[in-house]
Amino acid sequence: MIEVKHVTYTYPNGYTALRNVSLTIQEGDFIAIMGENGAGKTTLIKHFNGLLKPAKGHVTVDSKDTRTVSVASLSKLVGIVFQNPDHQLFSETVRSEVAFALRNFGFDEETVERRVNRILGMLDLSEYAEKSPFALSGGERKRVALASVLSWEPKYVVLDEPTIGQDYRQKERLRMILQQLLSQGKSVIMVSHDVEFVADCKPNIVLMAGGRVIGGGAAEEVLTNPGLLEKCSIIMPQVAQLMRMLGESGVGGRVIDVYSAVESLKTLWRGG
Amino acid sequence: MSMRVFEGFKFTKLNTPIHNMDPRAKFTVVMGIFILALVFTELLPLLILFAVQIPLTASSKTLKRWLGSLKGAAYLAALIFGMNFITGASLTFAFSMTLRFLCLISSFSLFFMTTSPDDLGLALEELKVPYPLTFTFTTAVRLVPTIAADAQTVIDAQKSRGLELEKGNLLKRVRNHIPILIPLIVTAIRRSMEMAEALESRGFGASSKREPMITLKMKPSDYLTILLTSVLTALGVYAKLYLPLPLLEIPYHMPKIPFLNP
Repeated sequence: MIEVKHVTYTYPNGYTALRNVSLTIQEGDFIAIMGENGAGKTTLIKHFNGLLKPAKGHVTVDSKDTRTVSVASLSKLVGIVFQNPDHQLFSETVRSEVAFALRNFGFDEETVERRVNRILGMLDLSEYAEKSPFALSGGERKRVALASVLSWEPKYVVLDEPTIGQDYRQKERLRMILQQLLSQGKSVIMVSHDVEFVADCKPNIVLMAGGRVIGGGAAEEVLTNPGLLEKCSIIMPQVAQLMRMLGESGVGGRVIDVYSAVESLKTLWRGG
Repeated sequence: MSMRVFEGFKFTKLNTPIHNMDPRAKFTVVMGIFILALVFTELLPLLILFAVQIPLTASSKTLKRWLGSLKGAAYLAALIFGMNFITGASLTFAFSMTLRFLCLISSFSLFFMTTSPDDLGLALEELKVPYPLTFTFTTAVRLVPTIAADAQTVIDAQKSRGLELEKGNLLKRVRNHIPILIPLIVTAIRRSMEMAEALESRGFGASSKREPMITLKMKPSDYLTILLTSVLTALGVYAKLYLPLPLLEIPYHMPKIPFLNP
């Protein structure tokens, strides 16, 4: 369990990015943190593995206070995938890039080999294994960055804007991978601006604005609540908008994804 | 590795006499300090030179960040002090050399904290420096904070992958920085290529003669600053060459180490 209790964080330049934030992430939780730029989302996730230490309040990961343990030991539990893959790729081949963290964490070579192959296969990267990560396209580099974190199978997977630069097919693939991680009992926490992707994933949403958590709940509730979304400058997913506009003719309700929309439209037509 | 050092070289817009000074006048002051710091090896003049900068910095309301850049330079300063001292220089000389280094750092820190890259560019243009060169220079200055922020993100990303920078012996520690340096260089190159394309699409270099929208104008106080600085610098150089300087000696000498001082 990751517990964030009354955390306030101020950057050295005096900017207060988090104000009295509290949040609990249980094992197996699927959470999307949403909010406009500068809301404090990235600052918050950097607290999960101790990259940033709270100025006030506490962050505990499996009851270890992040102030007392090293980033490296926390990272083994909490894997953060950063937004821009170019900020971490450096190896000569995709294979060694993905193996980097495994070697840092002291896995034996046999395990390293096995895990690298497994994760490359899972993320559709096997054919690039011996290529340079710099020779890949933006979307592929993003997946290499993801692979390099998933490789050590952290208990909590944290993703900062995972869908940037991914086409719809890759997003669907990513969604499947996230579902797979959840089915293995891992917690997935993502920061995202991509309402359509979040609507398809249906996680629990935590809304942030001005360094505070201003609301949250199931995706179906949050993404159909115009008042709450307004406060975070988030626009409703298209399907939710459509269903809302159709609301007067008796359909709608809390529908945010295509599949449920089809279901309720079918009911409408059948019922006349 | 903290990126806070760069804060001490970053421009912030403030309304103080130092900020409002013409960049050319300010640069004269920095060059004056630079020349004098290199001319003198004695402790007393270097102390004065350093002390002069404190009220200047205070009046530009950047004292805290200036101290930050000095703190950032502390490792190198300690190295300079140590190297001088163990290789047999007197304590006074080791102090002087450290102070000389700090004088240089602090004067440049003051200059960059109080001069906007735009003003700097204008000043260079007025000095008839070719525009592509001016542009390169101002862009480099402007990108320092951005690259510092990038560096912090890279460090965070690699630490999150279990990299421990402070682990292992000296060689290992140096090697630990490879995963930091490569992404940083690659991002910088990517950024500069993107920037070049964006510039060319916006017609950079289309006409060789540029008409500046804002021109710098020297105020009487700026002329006075230049005059005063030039006179003081000349006096300093004269004093060094022809006048007996009052000595300020710290009476301690490192015992000679035979293999270091053959």
